[in-house]
Amino acid sequence: MAELSPDAEATPNVSEVEVVDAATEDEAVDAIEAPVERGEPILQVRNLVKHFPLTQGILFKRQIGAVKAVDGISFDLYQGETLGIVGESGCGKSTVAKLLMTLETATAGEVFYKGQDITRLSGRALRAVRRNIQMVFQDPYTSLNPRMTVGDIIGEPFEIHPEVAPRGDRRRKVQELLDVVGLNPEYINRYPHQFSGGQRQRIGIARGLALNPEIIICDEPVSALDVSVQAQVINLMEGLQDEFNLSYIFIAHDLSIVRHISDRVGVMYLGKMAEIGSDTEIYDHPTHPYTQALLSAVPVPDPESREGRTRIILTGDVPSPANPPSGCRFRTRCWKAEDKCAEETPLLAIPERFATTDSPAAHESACHFAEEKDVVHA
Amino acid sequence: MTTIEKTADDAVREGAGDDGTPLLEVRDLHVEFHTRDGVAKAVNGVNYSVRAGETLAVLGESGSGKSVTAQAIMGILDMPPGRIPQGQILFRGEDMLTMAGEERRKIRGRKIAMIFQDALSALNPVLSVGYQLGEMFRVHEGLSKKDAKAKAIELMDRVRIPAAKERVSDYPHQFSGGMRQRIMIAMAMALEPDLIIADEPTTALDVTVQAQVMDLLAELQREYHMGLILITHDLGVVADVADKIAVMYAGRIVETAPVHELYKRPAHPYTRGLLDSIPRLDRKGQELYAIKGLPPNLLKTPSGCAFNPRCPKAEDICRTDVPALVQVTEQDGTELPGRGSACHFWKETIHG
Amino acid sequence: MPEPLTDTTLAPGTQASVTEVTAAKDPSKGSGPGKPRSLWGDAWFELRHRPLFWVSAVLLVLLLAIAAFPGLFTDAHPRDGDLTNHFLTKPQLSHFFQADWFGYDGQGRSIYARVIYGTRASILVGVGVTAAVTIFGGLLGMLAGYFGGWIDSIISRIVDIFFGLPFLLGSMVILNAFAERKVYVVIAALAFLGWTTIARVMRSSVITAKQADYVTAARALGAGTNRILFRHVLPNALAPTIVVATIALGAYISAEATLSYLGLGLADPTISWGIDISDAKDAIRDNPHVMLFPAGMLSLTVFAFITLGDAVRDALDPKLR
Repeated sequence: MAELSPDAEATPNVSEVEVVDAATEDEAVDAIEAPVERGEPILQVRNLVKHFPLTQGILFKRQIGAVKAVDGISFDLYQGETLGIVGESGCGKSTVAKLLMTLETATAGEVFYKGQDITRLSGRALRAVRRNIQMVFQDPYTSLNPRMTVGDIIGEPFEIHPEVAPRGDRRRKVQELLDVVGLNPEYINRYPHQFSGGQRQRIGIARGLALNPEIIICDEPVSALDVSVQAQVINLMEGLQDEFNLSYIFIAHDLSIVRHISDRVGVMYLGKMAEIGSDTEIYDHPTHPYTQALLSAVPVPDPESREGRTRIILTGDVPSPANPPSGCRFRTRCWKAEDKCAEETPLLAIPERFATTDSPAAHESACHFAEEKDVVHA
Repeated sequence: MTTIEKTADDAVREGAGDDGTPLLEVRDLHVEFHTRDGVAKAVNGVNYSVRAGETLAVLGESGSGKSVTAQAIMGILDMPPGRIPQGQILFRGEDMLTMAGEERRKIRGRKIAMIFQDALSALNPVLSVGYQLGEMFRVHEGLSKKDAKAKAIELMDRVRIPAAKERVSDYPHQFSGGMRQRIMIAMAMALEPDLIIADEPTTALDVTVQAQVMDLLAELQREYHMGLILITHDLGVVADVADKIAVMYAGRIVETAPVHELYKRPAHPYTRGLLDSIPRLDRKGQELYAIKGLPPNLLKTPSGCAFNPRCPKAEDICRTDVPALVQVTEQDGTELPGRGSACHFWKETIHG
Repeated sequence: MPEPLTDTTLAPGTQASVTEVTAAKDPSKGSGPGKPRSLWGDAWFELRHRPLFWVSAVLLVLLLAIAAFPGLFTDAHPRDGDLTNHFLTKPQLSHFFQADWFGYDGQGRSIYARVIYGTRASILVGVGVTAAVTIFGGLLGMLAGYFGGWIDSIISRIVDIFFGLPFLLGSMVILNAFAERKVYVVIAALAFLGWTTIARVMRSSVITAKQADYVTAARALGAGTNRILFRHVLPNALAPTIVVATIALGAYISAEATLSYLGLGLADPTISWGIDISDAKDAIRDNPHVMLFPAGMLSLTVFAFITLGDAVRDALDPKLR
């Protein structure tokens, strides 16, 4: 299989994992069902790697390389918070979502959910995890089966996990869910195509809520919606988070929306985490050049504050993840790059120069030359 | 509505300081689509104009008619089911809708060019990029294969594609999204048109690449003194490049304004709602303002002002009377140049 | 076409308005949503409102009834030849349901009776081959498309090999090996060579369907392979297969007729439209009616099946309702 990069073992300053050693399946399920205090880590990702092999040949395939979609990332998700993950296309953010949902098998690394590595679970324990981690998809037009009624779509989770709701109760539950997401419960017999984009996304959210999960992974949940509808859906999601005590992983390319909804933000570039911190740390005190460039490129809907801003326009495109640059992945587009960047992969850690200070710049950033620069405010 | 809204037209005309007739003027354009479920009125009396060197941004959501208007200008509407029951599209004072097909074809591509959102599907995957770029010169100017290729390389250089000479024989899939959009721009630029219509040119691109492409477009526009119609839903992109903005809703222009003015003091509740509902990078707000309700259904546009079911200010008059696009003035009555609003309560919106 | 939704209270700007909406929409008040519906239930409801469906359904019921109980439709015996009637009697179009309604053939047999008695074999071949091909080819295509990898490689190669065999020539060679060509032998021979088209169609539509986000969504919910295949992939992959299968059904009946015409399909004492069309080949110049009636029945049957397939496909697509 794909060979691990030598630096994949570099563990950043993340919390220690209290590994639960479940001897039996019952113990595992019990651990998964146990509640987690607000503010405690609920999901801990450690050195997660996903390489997609590139193969040649029809009947006898041989590997000629690998797309390093996710190449050793680590982060924590705390109970009740929203962790935003931003990055451009091809940075691996959607693959992270699939790995957390166990829709893809990780090449290496662990995902601890309440102390248990979900990449190794199976059977009842995995089902219990699946119940507790749900997903909202990007495209409301393709994520709902066009040949199922809304009632069937939202009710499907109950059919797959019949222990959650007894048969006779399901219809009422589905109507309650429709109501919770702001749709008329009478729409239960309609088909997805009879709804607008925003309404469809509400249906997708209702399906995600059905099993009363603890974590919802949102992969670009509003990017396919009209501007005036985006705000409705964002507000709905924020309301639901408070109401049902949810933790979100919010994956998006729109930095403004991520800032609005997130407590903490991680910036990904080419399969690696470039910088991670609280929303103020990332948006007001970014130290990684990529974050700075990304932030400065965001168009601001206000020509006046726009004119005072510095703009960093990056040259070139994102390199192919099948053949990423050596050392720091960003060095090919970075204006600060020196020889060291090509030789040594920077670790995701609090930069030394800020480590002892109190400043908000003291957050994890994977750059040899981390430096604070406010690009958002004029 | 059958009458041309005089005041609105004037408001738009005053938009730029150039002299003479505008490069392109759309007058009271209507477009409808006849479908199985009824007549969808996609455009209901749109007026706007662009001068050379000027950038007009047409802002709107899906179903606002912004792209349909552009397609009508380019003459690439599917007819049927599309139909233009009334209106004029004047290019340098000549109505393109009444022109002979041959004459119109000469304008299209040569004088007015279009850039699409999805560069990958707009380029032919089995022909090399150089061939497709050169085609313009072979067809329109009768150049030889060799000369056309040289021209293609020159164009690729002009849109700053690195190593143009080596890449001229590459196929579209070998380029990244940003590079493909550059090739689209190069194609549009090939015959040095007077006007470029860009339909969501950067929507499919990443933020860092978006900035590059928008900069390129703006630079080329300055260099060749072209008119540019930028069609987009992104208030941020518009703020960067446009001179004036026309906001569309349900097939009508609901507000026109010079770019700075619009963001500072919107004169239509829809514009105001849009501005309030987008999260800001430089501010972390509590809750987003959300425009309630759904985008309009063109088969059944609400009576009166189409925005009335979603409008916080709506009163009875909004449900019965269609508001005309009227000149917006200061409180003391001085006209604000280039500003128009199609709201019965524009005064309250801008001054209140 | 259902009315597009125009519910302006749908979008809560705030938590407060969510509760307002809740209060305003007590499902016990107003018109209830009725009992839950399913795709198949809705499809049936839809079908009942299509005239074309009724035309084809009535035709097919009639044909099946003829196939099952030919005795009910004619008193004449299809094998009784009276040479005094040798081609002499042209169709007597006013003699409804009588032996001479469609006239007599070269051996003085009632064409009407033969058409009636030939229905069973023709319909059996058509339906039998289609069923066999759809089940076998559909299953293999579904497996290849859904699982991909080596399963797909192997199945696709087999399909390629079979696709290379000429359908008619191949069935002629096979049937030639059988001394007694009963209906089931013809069905087996045609199915053996015909399943590849369905397998290919099924494979490609399954590949399209399985990549859809709703399949990923179902997997994320923990749905098993069976549920994904039969709830999500199959309903969305079925439409092209239905169309191809119903068109092919007509083609199989025609193939049987062709084979009989060539003397390699069904043979006496079996009665089929194909045999009759074949027998008519020498007589059509002077007595076209000998060919006309069995061929007409053949066309009618093919038409009925294709129309039914179209109607079912449309009814199964909620977007076309």
